[in-house]
Formats: sequence, structure tokens, C-alpha cells
Amino acid sequence: MIDALDQIFVAAKHRLMEPVPSRWQPLVSALLSIVPLLMVFPGLFALTTLLERKGLGRIQNRHGPNRVGPWGVLQPVADGLKTLTKENVVPRGAAPFIHFLAPVLLVIVSFLVYAVLPLGRNMVAVDLDAGVLFFFAVGTAAELAVFMAGWASRNKYSLLGAMRAIAQMISYEIPLILSAVTVVMVTGSLSTVRIVEAQAEYTGWIPHWFVMQPWGLAGFILFLISATAESNRSPFDLPEGESEIIAGYYIEYSGFKFALFFLAEYLGLFAVSGMAITLFLGGWHAPASWLEFIPSWACFFVKLLALIALFIWGRGTLPRFRQDQLMEFSWKFMIPMALVNLVSAALWQLMDCGPERWLVSFLLIATPYLLLGRSLFERNQFFKRTYRFAG
Amino acid sequence: MSLSFFILALLTAAAAMGAMSLRPLVHCVLALVVSLSGLACLYLQLGAQFAGFAQLLVYIGAVGILIVFAVLLTRGDAMPPRRSLVQGRVFGLGVAVSVLGVLVWAISRSCLMSPALPPAPVATVEQIGDALMTLFVLPLELVGLLLTAALMGSVMIAMQEGEDK
Repeated sequence: MIDALDQIFVAAKHRLMEPVPSRWQPLVSALLSIVPLLMVFPGLFALTTLLERKGLGRIQNRHGPNRVGPWGVLQPVADGLKTLTKENVVPRGAAPFIHFLAPVLLVIVSFLVYAVLPLGRNMVAVDLDAGVLFFFAVGTAAELAVFMAGWASRNKYSLLGAMRAIAQMISYEIPLILSAVTVVMVTGSLSTVRIVEAQAEYTGWIPHWFVMQPWGLAGFILFLISATAESNRSPFDLPEGESEIIAGYYIEYSGFKFALFFLAEYLGLFAVSGMAITLFLGGWHAPASWLEFIPSWACFFVKLLALIALFIWGRGTLPRFRQDQLMEFSWKFMIPMALVNLVSAALWQLMDCGPERWLVSFLLIATPYLLLGRSLFERNQFFKRTYRFAG
Repeated sequence: MSLSFFILALLTAAAAMGAMSLRPLVHCVLALVVSLSGLACLYLQLGAQFAGFAQLLVYIGAVGILIVFAVLLTRGDAMPPRRSLVQGRVFGLGVAVSVLGVLVWAISRSCLMSPALPPAPVATVEQIGDALMTLFVLPLELVGLLLTAALMGSVMIAMQEGEDK
């Protein structure tokens, strides 16, 4: 019964495949893997916009959307209809083809990366040998799409936003990939499925997730911060910075193209959260051995929603960085810490099991963290923002 | 030779032509990126997963973005004046013919022309990793050293500019 529920989607796919002639089977199989992804994650996007507006409203001591449907649950539908019926405005000076291509490319890229995310037991669209590499390689095309959007709009604000976005994305891509490399090093595989399998065991009821180990915890935090920056979310939302450069690279987009940018942003957030779950939070494994009766896909989505809640919380509470703070934080703190973490993970892998390696791994992260943090603080690199004119 | 190969080859070649002949500089960069990703797809079509994804990661993620940055920081997106194609045509023709000659010579000597093709080698990501970490570890380290030196050099140049101001 439990197994049947766990494998319900896999079984359903097999049932649907049975009457298909063998010539068409590869095509139908691919379609049956892709179409659910194309349906579930935009659905999650609609849900998240509502949750985010509600959550932000609560954080800011107001109600959030509450007019459309009971408790405002139909707000995403209203938003969708609104964007669909808006006029599509293209500036006269814009490069029309690139202007059109940018949001499309961004959405395609955001969908492509879901191919390697294991959403449950036996539930991965393609089990690539180099899955993690695929994820990051395809993800980099998003930067180019952002640049295309900013440049093709022929607007100084959008170009500024695109420049900010590219600078931010290439700076934070390094700690993002370096913190993922630790996991690849310890499991010895680039395949996402293999990485999830490596976190399958339990000691007592505590799972063997990588986040439970010193280097994994540090890697997870580094990954999460870089992921926030990569998906341009607050406090790293300088490329959009509506109070500074209006809306950054998508200022000249209206109607459904604007919605596509939003969709791509959230899809990127879900994808990178899914990767964080796969790499550090045990993928679709249950969080405790006595919770193993929960279907694997449910575990994955609960973890995904928890991470989304974390991102919403962060957006509601953290103020935006300044551009120089942003760059310094990446190059002077994140990248050195990611490199140190790499050494720590290597030592963890080479040393024998025992309390020593916990101590060594922990000290190797904690000492540089303290020293680096102190020295940056003393040189007044990160100081509390003071407002000169506002009381 | 499958249909997908021809589509990809056509796309790669056409994008390369575009990169040379388009007028706005940013369009050239974008065409170059299309051409490079076409090459990555060709690698993937040949079953070289690692090389294909590494090509995507390095050439689109790093080199493409770097060129975009350089273009934006130096000349902006102003249209360059129409270059005359006549100038240097003889020299260009010479270079093209010599490159073609070298390629033909290399292909005619390679095993591709012999009637019995050797079995295609299977290179998994794991094998590549093993080879890089054992047999080719010294070249790998040397490349790392070279890149570090280049990085430090560029930082030095940038810092000196700052002091002059």
C-alpha cells in the first residue's frame, strides 16, 4: 500500500505506456515525463505568488490580497487574466527579435534544468551521468537571456539592471558551484540520482543528509545564499531595485512577456531550491526513519515548500544590499569560505570515521569564518547602514 | 550522419557567419554564443556528455558573458562604420586556404579515411575524472597555475590604474 502510493506516478506512466506501439514509445515516454513538470511547477508558481503576497503582508502587518475568491485564493487567476489581456508594448528603439527572444529563452532555460531533479523515488526525467554539471551549464544561459532583455530594450535603466544582474550572477555563481562541488567530491558522482542515494541511510532515526555534517552545513548555507543571489531575490534584488532603477532589465516588458519573466524567476528559484534539497537535504528521503511511510514525492515537495517559506521570510525581513557591499560579500567572504569548505570536505573524505574528523572539519570551517568575519568587520567593510537625512 | 547533425551543423555555421558579418557588435556576440552552443550540441550528439556540458558552462557562462561585458564597458553598442570587405581580401583568402589545407591534410591522414573504423571509445564522466586526477594531474595543475598567474596579472593592471587617478 505504502509502496503503491510512493510509486503511484511511475505506475501511472507505465499504465499509460502499455497500449502505445513500440515505435512511438520513446516519444510518448518523454512527453509523459515532461508534461507533468510543465504543469506542476507553473502551478506551484501560482501558489507561491499568493503565499508570498500573503506572507509578506503578514510580515508587514497588513492583510495581503483578500478580495478575489475566499481569502484571496483566486488572486493568481486574476493576475494571469490581467497579464494575458494587457497590450504588448515594444519600444520603438528596441531590437525587436532579441526583445522577443529574451523572455522565451529565459523560460526555456528555467524549465530545462528540471530534467535532472529527482522529484521522488524513480522520478527523474533523465538520469544524466553529469546531471549536476548539466544543471549549472544550462543555468548559465539565463544570464545571457537577462543581458539580452536589458540590452534589447534600449533603455538606460534596463541596461543598468542587466549589468547589475550579470555582475551579480557571475560573482555568486562561483560560490554556488564551489559549494556544490563538495558534495560531488564526497559522493564521487555528478549524477543527481546517485547523490540522493548516497544520503539514504539513517543512524538511529537521524538521516545521513550532508547538511548534518560540518562541511555540509557550511556548504548548504553558502549554497542557499548564492542561490538567493542567482535568482535575484531580496536581499539581492539589485538588478530589479524598483526604488533605484525602476524594474531593471524588464522595465520595457509588458503584458504576458512580463509574466514570463516572473515565471522564469520563480521557476529558477524552485529549481535551485530543488538542487539544494538534492545536494544537501537528502533529496526525496524522509527526514526521519519513522517517517518513511510518507511518499517520496511528498517529502520532496514539503522540503521545497519549506525552502520557499524560508525565501519569503528572508524577503520580508532583510533590507537590500548596496552594490559594493554585494560584490565585496561575494569576493571577500563567500568565495574564500567556499574554498575553505572544499578543503574541509576533502579532509572529511580522507580521514577515518570518528570524532576527530568532526572536530577537524568543524575547526577548519569555524576558524576561517571567525577570522575572516572579524577582519572584514574591523576594516569597516560591513557596517550598519545609517540614514543621514531620514530621522 | 543524421538529420540532427545537419540541423546543428547548419545552425553552427550560419551563426558563425553571422558573428563575422553582422553590424551591431552585440548581435555579433549573440551570434557567436549561438555558434558555440551549436558546437556543444554537436558534442552531445556524439555522446560526449562531459565535453558538451563543459563547453556550455565555459563558453556561454564565462566566455560569452565576458565578451558581453567587454563590449559594454569599452565601446558601448554604437554601430561600427561599414567595414570594406575588399581590404585585406587577398590576405584573408591566403589564411583561409592554408587552414583548409591543414584540415584536409589532417583528415586525410587520420583513421577516419581508413576503411575499417576503430570502435568508438566510451568515455564516461568518471573515466575523464580519473584520467584528469591521475595521468594528467600535472598538466591540470599547470593550467591552474597559468590561470592564477593571469588572474593576478590582471588584478595588478587594474590596481595600477586606480593609483594613477
